[in-house]
Amino acid sequence: MVNHLNLIAWLAALLQTALFVAMAPLFTIWVKRIKCTLQNRLPPPWSQPYRDFRRLFAKEVLLARTASPVFRIAPYIVCGTTIMAASIIPFVWVNIPFAVMADAIVLVGTLALGRFFLALAGMDVGTSFGGMGSSREMTFAALAEPAMLIVVFALAMLSSSTNLSTIIGFVLDQPLALRPSLLFGLLALILVGIVETGRIPVDNPATHLELTMIHEAMILEYTGRHLALMELAAQLKLTIYAVLTANLFLPWGISRSLDAAALGVSFVALTAKLAVLGALLAVGETLVAKMRLFRVPTFLAVAFTLALIGMLSFIMLEGR
Amino acid sequence: MTAYADLPLIEQAIRTFAALILVTSFALLAQSRVVAAIQVFAWQGFLLAALTALVAWNSGLTHLYISAALTLALKALFIPWLLIRQARRLGILRDLDAVIRPGLTLMAAGALVIFCYNVVVPVREFTQVVTRDAIAVSLALVMIALLMLITRRKAITQVVAFMSLENGLFFAAVTATQGMPMVVELGIAFDVLIAAVIFGVFFFHIRDSIESLDVDQLSRLREIND
Amino acid sequence: MPPTPALCLYLAIGFALASSVVSFAADRFPVLLRVGSFALLGASSIAALAACILTLTGNLPFTGELPLGLPWLHWQLRLDALAAFFLGIIGMVTLAVSFFGPGYVRSYTHGHSSLGILGVMTGLFIAGMQLVVVAADAFAFMVAWELMSVASYFLVAFEHEEAANRRAAFLYLLMAQIGAMLILLSFGVLAGFAGDFTFAAMGNTNLTPIWAATAFGLGLLGFGMKAGIVPLHAWLPEAHPAAPSHISALMSGVMLKVAVYGFIRLVFDLLGHPHWSWGVIVLAVGSVTSVYGVLYALVQHDLKRLLAYHSVENIGIIYIGLGLALIFFSAGQTTFGVLGLIAALYHTLNHALFKSLLFLGAGAIVQHGHERDLEHMGGLIHRMPWTAFFFLIGCLSISALPPFNGFVSEWLTFQTALQATTLESGVLRAVIPISAAVLALSGALAATCFVKVYGVAFLGQARTRRVRHAREASAGMVLAQGLLATLCLLFGVFPTNTVGFLSKITLDLTGYGVSAATSQGWLWLTPIAPEVASYSAPLILLGVLTALGAWACVYFFTRRRRRTQPVPRRDPWDCGFGPLSSRMQYSASAFAMPIRHIFRPAWRIHEEKIREMDPQLATRPVQLRYLIHADDLSWQFFYVPVERFVQSAARQVGRIQTGHLRHYLAYSFFTLIVLLWLIT
Repeated sequence: MVNHLNLIAWLAALLQTALFVAMAPLFTIWVKRIKCTLQNRLPPPWSQPYRDFRRLFAKEVLLARTASPVFRIAPYIVCGTTIMAASIIPFVWVNIPFAVMADAIVLVGTLALGRFFLALAGMDVGTSFGGMGSSREMTFAALAEPAMLIVVFALAMLSSSTNLSTIIGFVLDQPLALRPSLLFGLLALILVGIVETGRIPVDNPATHLELTMIHEAMILEYTGRHLALMELAAQLKLTIYAVLTANLFLPWGISRSLDAAALGVSFVALTAKLAVLGALLAVGETLVAKMRLFRVPTFLAVAFTLALIGMLSFIMLEGR
Repeated sequence: MTAYADLPLIEQAIRTFAALILVTSFALLAQSRVVAAIQVFAWQGFLLAALTALVAWNSGLTHLYISAALTLALKALFIPWLLIRQARRLGILRDLDAVIRPGLTLMAAGALVIFCYNVVVPVREFTQVVTRDAIAVSLALVMIALLMLITRRKAITQVVAFMSLENGLFFAAVTATQGMPMVVELGIAFDVLIAAVIFGVFFFHIRDSIESLDVDQLSRLREIND
Repeated sequence: MPPTPALCLYLAIGFALASSVVSFAADRFPVLLRVGSFALLGASSIAALAACILTLTGNLPFTGELPLGLPWLHWQLRLDALAAFFLGIIGMVTLAVSFFGPGYVRSYTHGHSSLGILGVMTGLFIAGMQLVVVAADAFAFMVAWELMSVASYFLVAFEHEEAANRRAAFLYLLMAQIGAMLILLSFGVLAGFAGDFTFAAMGNTNLTPIWAATAFGLGLLGFGMKAGIVPLHAWLPEAHPAAPSHISALMSGVMLKVAVYGFIRLVFDLLGHPHWSWGVIVLAVGSVTSVYGVLYALVQHDLKRLLAYHSVENIGIIYIGLGLALIFFSAGQTTFGVLGLIAALYHTLNHALFKSLLFLGAGAIVQHGHERDLEHMGGLIHRMPWTAFFFLIGCLSISALPPFNGFVSEWLTFQTALQATTLESGVLRAVIPISAAVLALSGALAATCFVKVYGVAFLGQARTRRVRHAREASAGMVLAQGLLATLCLLFGVFPTNTVGFLSKITLDLTGYGVSAATSQGWLWLTPIAPEVASYSAPLILLGVLTALGAWACVYFFTRRRRRTQPVPRRDPWDCGFGPLSSRMQYSASAFAMPIRHIFRPAWRIHEEKIREMDPQLATRPVQLRYLIHADDLSWQFFYVPVERFVQSAARQVGRIQTGHLRHYLAYSFFTLIVLLWLIT
């Protein structure tokens, strides 16, 4: 194991996780601001998500009459598992000790645990909206899983490891190579990420139009700090996929040691990568309209096919 | 597998383009709208031209540049333009040629790729060309085009499939044997051109005689009519 | 004298048989069944567990002989590591059932069904299963196998007043017998080469490839028929709902595993070096089975039937692991082959635990909520909090979510599949990841299905009056579920120790173990090497506990404020149209609708909309009913053609029955002549 008794390393990893969580709202507001600018609207201030959290945490919690304990515990588990997932991913430093706690497949499993409770919370109150949101969320997540797994497989075949630190280290060690497998894996991961985080064209995070929403339908009954936790989890999940995309496929700049200068460079590089990804997302969301619900499986089929071709081209074209 | 990373960048680029062409083939198979299918076909032609140019650069064979230019002119520009013009004149540009069971068809295509790879593995043992892996891709391109031929109903999409099949063969010629002799290549290029024009004429004849471009209605060859 | 494995084994079988004998009087004294019979079963299960632990911690396989059977071949018994492992699985589930049973059979005391039969057959069933796994010759194996099959037939047919149950039981018996016949033929091939019926002799023969493949094919079909691989699974969704719930738990949790045991024994122990195509076949069968099972589970709304289809799915997952193991063994990559086998064994154990847990939970619902149909449940978490809690753990485990046990075995299967890069064949390298993707799909669909089950049954509002007044199950029943739920969590959190034990089994069976998996201490599971992949379930649990702890802290610190002003309870958002009723909730069919739409060709769906109109006003509907039913496609494409063929063949054969006495005499005459000619 990577010196898992090294206290400083663990502390650094914890700090990195805290930074990750703190930056998640920033990434969301960045996307939102670009979108607003593109759509000729006045953008909200940078501090808006933090202010929202302060307001929600201060507010009183309301519960539906039919709500069970699952409804009250779910926000904590959803948020907790998402933070746990964030802690596994190398953010500005590659060799984090948390990465040996769980590999890429466990990462997917951890997110699935959060989603399970999110969907249960949607079902708990017993309204049609909640059930509808849960049903759609679980369906699309199930269809996204194979594509995600094939992406993981392509990466794991390349680096013969599913450990995120090792994969990133492998990509860094390689001379710069144009790999079709990585190219298609990247595209597939972006498509899967769009589905998993509920962005346009799959789900619209800004809408509350009942018949089209997925994620918002599940958390419709939440108030106060519960809502804040759910929102934080959603923002963190978006950032997780962005960081995964940035660090797995374009890891250059990330620090391999706990050296202050290297970490600074790594932070700047990551911020730049996230800024570009966020801008791309905003442009994409502005250009594309939300698609019909039953077009989403086709969308995911594209993701799966891309991932599959990526894996096959690894076997066929990049073989020995 | 560090071997791949040690290859020169140009060969990595060739392989990446091969994979991209494979993707266009899948896209072609899944595309149900006539105009979109023609556009994807144009992209395939464009990528093929780029790949040919890269191979030409890598091998230093000048006649491949001419092939690349021909491919670009014919397959990426002229034939798609011709097809789109005809489709517009026939009023079928926005028509749907629905894919039957798109999920299954795509899965079948994936299986075909693996099958082709399996077929080619013994062959590539003794082929010493650097781009030998591409033979598997070219065979897969041909097979997917054939799959598209049998899953489509409209004459125009079938022509696109046929042209894409020819792309697969051309791909094999370029990557496996560094291109055919110039005369042969020119001949084939003009054959394809003429074929495209003749197909265009046929579309009108088919429509005039059966008032549809649905090839399922062309079943007169059957011996037993029920 | 310290207990030896042999003593424990004999005690286990003896107690099970005693439980069966005691139950003869249960018709007259029902209390005997509740107290005597289940207590003896509990004793039997503890003895079985002890035998398992003693064998796995010791190192000598026990070999014994029972003075039964053929004169020249007494029943051979052998308790090696593999047998001990399966004996342990039987023990764990039986223990839970012995707690669950007394409360559960109370509902049968006033019925028409004979409690005596239930007790007698349960005892025989368990004794049969225990004998199957320790049998060391084909003869004893087949006798024990038949004991298990026939006893379970009576248990399926227990509530025989309903025609559907009788039909299910007959179908089960029929398929069990066909399966047994195929197994017998498979052993026959082996015995033909070995010249002896003992497994020891069979394992030492060198079969020609053709005959080895024949024995493999027969075994795959024969054991597959019992395990429920597609398309041989048709009896499973019929028989499991028909049997009483604790029997369903035993059948689904344990009996299917006994079939898996038989398959492992045949392929990994008796048949020698596998051919790569066997692995591919098993892998393909497993992949198809897992997706098929979960897709059919998704469209069910009978809880027990749904669970039965999930058993099909999980058997598929086990077979995927076995298929990978076979592929790697045939390629000579023993390290990864062992890993695949361990993944399969681990999943066998896990499925036994969580599926029994879920069946017991379903039993509690059936008994106290009087409903098996999900569409009539709802809000049970308020009425049956303990059952709801343990059922949730079962749902999390079966959905393969960390840190529960189902995740570990699926993760190990994925890790095995990832090693496909080491294989020579490019096709296998491409096919194995696809089958892993299929596994991922079925795992995610299982999560979808269990969100549906839990959300519809336990959350929301009660949909019927009886469910609204459901009571919590009795203490014993809750205890049984708690036991299994704890085991689910323990085997999920301490995978390293478990893999260490499983490694002993593979070492005993194939001569190889995985030492790398446990080399980093109990906290880290590293199946191949630490830098390749690692998983630390305790730390994941710690993370989840931290989240729960945060909730507990908030709960604790707000308690004073809650006392003065309790958390306001309001009506949920109703779009301003007035109060919501329980009928407006998302139903189970509605939940699965997107899946039904996307995977349309997988089922034959019958939809029926019944609309009763108001007699006064013809345009106003009074009542709307929507019925949906999914037919198993395997009937249409497999069973009906087979049945038609058998029928027509029987008709052909029936022609010789002319009805004329002279013809029958002629048959005897010609038979006599042929026989005489044969012996000359």
